[in-house]
Amino acid sequence: MLSIRDLQVTVDDKQILKGLNLQIKAGEVHAIMGPNGSGKSTTGYALAGKPGYEVIGGEVEFLGKNLLELDAEERAREGLFLAFQYPVEIPGVSNMEFLKASVDAQREHHGLEPLDAVSFMKKARDICKVVGLDQSFLKRGVNEGFSGGEKKRNEIMQMMLLEPKLAILDETDSGLDIDALQIVANGVNALRSPERSFIVVTHYQRLLDYIVPDYVHVLAGGRIIKSGDKSLALELEEKGYGWIENEVA
Amino acid sequence: MSQFLEQLASLRAGGPAWLQAVHDAGAAILRDAAWPTRKTESWKYTSLRPLEHINFLAERGHAINADLSQHFAIANFDAYRLVFVNGVFSANLSDLQGLPAGVELIRFADANASQQELLVKYLNSVVEADCHLFAAVNQQLIEDGVFLHVGKNIELNKPVQIVWLSSAQEKPFHIPQRFLLLAENHSSVILVEQFVSTADSQNSFTHGVTELCLQDGARCEHYRIHLEEQSAVHVGGVYASLAANSYLDSFHLGLGGPLKRVDVVINHNGPGADCQLNGVYLPQGNQQIDYHTTIEHRVPNCTTQEVFRGIVADNAKAVFNGRIHIHPQAQKTRAELSNKNLLLSDKAEVNTKPELEIYADDVQCAHGATVARMDENALHYFLMRGISRKEAEVMLSFGFINELIGQLKQEALTDYLRPVLTHWFGRETSLVDELAAAE
Repeated sequence: MLSIRDLQVTVDDKQILKGLNLQIKAGEVHAIMGPNGSGKSTTGYALAGKPGYEVIGGEVEFLGKNLLELDAEERAREGLFLAFQYPVEIPGVSNMEFLKASVDAQREHHGLEPLDAVSFMKKARDICKVVGLDQSFLKRGVNEGFSGGEKKRNEIMQMMLLEPKLAILDETDSGLDIDALQIVANGVNALRSPERSFIVVTHYQRLLDYIVPDYVHVLAGGRIIKSGDKSLALELEEKGYGWIENEVA
Repeated sequence: MSQFLEQLASLRAGGPAWLQAVHDAGAAILRDAAWPTRKTESWKYTSLRPLEHINFLAERGHAINADLSQHFAIANFDAYRLVFVNGVFSANLSDLQGLPAGVELIRFADANASQQELLVKYLNSVVEADCHLFAAVNQQLIEDGVFLHVGKNIELNKPVQIVWLSSAQEKPFHIPQRFLLLAENHSSVILVEQFVSTADSQNSFTHGVTELCLQDGARCEHYRIHLEEQSAVHVGGVYASLAANSYLDSFHLGLGGPLKRVDVVINHNGPGADCQLNGVYLPQGNQQIDYHTTIEHRVPNCTTQEVFRGIVADNAKAVFNGRIHIHPQAQKTRAELSNKNLLLSDKAEVNTKPELEIYADDVQCAHGATVARMDENALHYFLMRGISRKEAEVMLSFGFINELIGQLKQEALTDYLRPVLTHWFGRETSLVDELAAAE
C-alpha cells in the first residue's frame, strides 16, 4: 500500500523529517507516537502534499505510484486522506457543498459520474448519524463556529464519505472527551477492511484502546526509532519516551 | 467645458408638460457645473472617459417588439411589474393586475392632477442634484419614470419589480431612468430595481435617480440589482429619506462595466430610523465599478448597519467609498460599516475608503475595511480533499459573498442570483441549487 524510504522533509528551510522509513500493507493500522516536535504532523502533511512541505530526499510509493510526483489534489483522488489536527473554518461554503465537491472530484478522477444529489444527501445524512452530528451541520459553513470536537467529527464524516484507501488521522483524538473519542473510533473501525489502511498519529495510548493498531512506531528527531506491536503503546504510556531515546543513543 | 456638458446644454427633453420645470431646474444646475476630473475627490478613482469618447446623448432608446421576459424573469417571484426596454415602457411585458386600493403605481406620463401634485412636491425632494452631477443630468433629460405611492398603513401584498432592460442599437444611446417611492406612515413595501440587458454587446448609457421617501414608521425592502451586459455604461444613484421610526433594508449587487457608478445616500431625518445597507460588487476582466455610499445621521437614535463585499478579478478595478456623517444633534446614533474585498489576481485593484465624520459625542460607531488575497490555508484544505485549485478558488470566492446573498429576505431573489453568480464564477452547474433541491 505505502512504502516510505528515507523520507526527508523541510519546512521553512528547517529539516523536520530526517530519513523516515515505513512500510504499510493493505488492511493494516499503524500508530505513530512520539514527543512534541518529532515530526508526526509533518509526516501527515508531507504525505498529503500540503504546499510548503518540501521533500528533499527519499521515496514514497503509494499503490504502485510515485506519490511525490502527484499534486495534493491528485493524492486525495487516488485515495489518500488526511484528517486534520486543526481543520480550517470556511465561512460561506456549506459543508455539504464542500463534501460533494470532494466526493465528485474523486469520482471524476476514477471515470465515474458525479453522485446524484439525492444519493449524496442520503449518504451524508446517514454518516451524520454515525458520527453524532446533527444534520444541520451539513448546511452550515465548513467548520464555521464548530467546537473542537465537532470539527474532528466533521473530519471523520469526510473520511467516511470519501472512503479512502489510506487514511492518516493527525491527532484526531486531541481535545476530545471520552464519548467523542468513541464516536471517532467507531467511525474508523466501521471503515476497517482488508483493502484499507490507517496511520493513526496520537499522543495518547487511550485512543488505541478503541482503534487497536497492528503496529506502533515511535517517531523522534524526524525518524522512526522503535517499532513494535500494541504493547509498545502501553509501555510508552507507562515510561514515557526517554528510555527509548536513551536506548537508541 | 466638456463636450458632454456642452452637448447637454443644447438638448431639450419632452414628456408631460409639468416636467418642464423639472428639466429647467436641472439645466440651471448644469449651466454652472464643472465636469469631474481625476482631481475631483468623488471621481478620483473612476474615469468618465467612456462618456467623453462616445456620443451617447445624440440618441435615445427605441422600443423592441419581442418577448424579452427571459432576460428578467425571476422564478417563484410574484410581483407587480413594470418593464422598460431601452427606457421605453413596455405594456406587454408589464403586469399591474390587482393593485390594491390606496396604492398607486404609475408612469409619470400617466399621472393625473393629484398625482402630478405629489410628483412635483416629492421629485427631487431627497436627491440634492446640485451635489450630484448625474442626478442633474437625469433631471434635465427624463421624459418618463415610475411613481409608487403607498398610502397610510398599507402593507403592499406583493413586491414591486421594476425592470430596466437595455439592448444594443445601431448608434450609442442613453436611457434616463427615474423612480420615486412615497411610502406614507406605517406602510410597507418590497421593491426590486433590476437592470438587465439582452446578450448583445451594449452601447447604452443609463443615468438614473431613485428616490425613496419613507414617512413615519414606513418600511421598505429594496433590492437594486445590476446585471447589465458588461459593456453597458451606468451612472446612477439611490437617495433615501427616512422619517421617524422608518426602516429601510437596501441590498445592492453590481457586476462591472466600462463605467459603472452607483451612489447611495441615506438620510436619517426622523429619530428612531433604522437602515440596513448591504452590497456586493464583482468586476472582472477590464471592468470597473464604483459604489459611493453616504449615510447622513441628522437626528438622534438612528441606526445604520452597512456591509459591502467585493471580489475583484483579472485587471478589474473597484471603488468603495463609505461615508457616515453624524451631525451634532444625532446623539445615540449606532452606526457600523464594514467593507471587505477579495482580490483574485495581482492586477486587480480596489480603492476602499471608509469615512467617518462624527460631530456628536454619545454615539457608537465602528468601521473597517479589508483587502485580502485568497486564504492559502483554506485553499490547501480544498486541495487535500481532491478539489482542484480552480474549483477551490471559485468555491471560496463564492463563499465570500454567499453570506450576503444567502441572507436576503426574499428567497426567490437568492435563488435567482445564485445561478447568475455561479455563471459569473465560471461554474457550469450550480451545486448549491442541486443540493437544495435534494433536501
